[in-house]
Amino acid sequence: MSKLRVVHYINQFFAGIGGEEKADTPAELRVGEVLGPGMALKANFGDNAEIVATIICGDSYFAENMDKAKEQIIGWVKEQNPDVFIAGPAFNAGRYGTACGAICEAVQNKLNIPVVTGMYIENPGADMYKNKVYVFPTKDSAAGMREAAPVLAKFALKLGNHEKIGSSKVEGFMEGKRINFFAEKRGSERAVEMLLKKIKGEKFETEYPMPEFDKVPPNPAIKDITKATIALCTSGGIVPKGNPDHIESSNALKYGEYDITGVMELTSDKYETAHGGYDPVYANERPDRVLPVDVMRDLEKEGKIGKLHNKFYTTVGNGTAVASAKKYAAEYAQKLKADGVDAVIMTST
Amino acid sequence: MVKEIERAGIPVVHMCTITPISLTVGANRIVPTIAIPHPLGNPALDKADEKKLRRQLVEKALNALTTEVTGQTVFDK
Repeated sequence: MSKLRVVHYINQFFAGIGGEEKADTPAELRVGEVLGPGMALKANFGDNAEIVATIICGDSYFAENMDKAKEQIIGWVKEQNPDVFIAGPAFNAGRYGTACGAICEAVQNKLNIPVVTGMYIENPGADMYKNKVYVFPTKDSAAGMREAAPVLAKFALKLGNHEKIGSSKVEGFMEGKRINFFAEKRGSERAVEMLLKKIKGEKFETEYPMPEFDKVPPNPAIKDITKATIALCTSGGIVPKGNPDHIESSNALKYGEYDITGVMELTSDKYETAHGGYDPVYANERPDRVLPVDVMRDLEKEGKIGKLHNKFYTTVGNGTAVASAKKYAAEYAQKLKADGVDAVIMTST
Repeated sequence: MVKEIERAGIPVVHMCTITPISLTVGANRIVPTIAIPHPLGNPALDKADEKKLRRQLVEKALNALTTEVTGQTVFDK
């Protein structure tokens, strides 16, 4: 049997090009090269498949040039004509996970080539793409590569060989992508069995868990912005120089509250970013690029807004658990309310 | 975080570059920004032009805050 052809997509970090300072690396195709996590996949493929090409793209480049990057990558994948396409795994890297999902969806829909990717369940790419492509759960850091590689490799072989794919429960990918199959028992029988179990107080398993919708309806608009007190908040990690509260550069365990009474702009000698998930050069040079205190002060002076709230709230949104972010904001929202803040501008990097 | 602020009853606008993430997370008022490492700036511009750009973006955010919305809205105009 001939080997299956695999094309593998990874970011600049896993390709060994560099970290955040290289996140703007444009997409490139390396035919015949196996890089980083590709080595782990290769080891698991044995003689059954080979990675014929690796496609690399910087995370920021992909996010900021999505259409162009997708088109380019689709062209390369088409040329390589693989039996299966693998992206990642992205673990808890948000832009990377989003890129993996987006490129998988494009390859699957435009080229009709089976795809698979992997990432941590809280990666924003998971919610965005798990109902479109096969996304396998991984750990939240690259330490999970050893577990992820065999899972992805095994499933990729299955896809490449056009084997029958079972439900998410059988195969282990994230729930979301639907698979049609014939059940052994018909629906009425299964429903009655489930009902009987429920009545008896036994454990039963629903076949259709309700998705968790957590939408918050929008609040009414501000009637008179020239009288409103507006607060600035950010997930971009802007902090006073030296990061006095030691907010973690990733997976932040706290948020900061900082007084900006009398501060007219955020200058590089007094403020910086603590964020470890994007290239900090531009934010450190002029922190107003993330938290626009200078412009808000101008608007305040000109009477275009009532006033800028004298405190800002900040944390690092880099692999930070959703539960943590929720807790921080729920807490400081109450402080903002108590201080009579009318509206909030939240900036994210 | 935007959702928790909204839930507390304070109108909030999310200024970010990757708007699909903001939509997935559930922000209601969204203003797209320039780039991930400098959402409200562009280091290629001189200082005055850059500030002008930042002001335009903040004004879009204020416009979003004063606009009634019934659901998720991206203010990209």
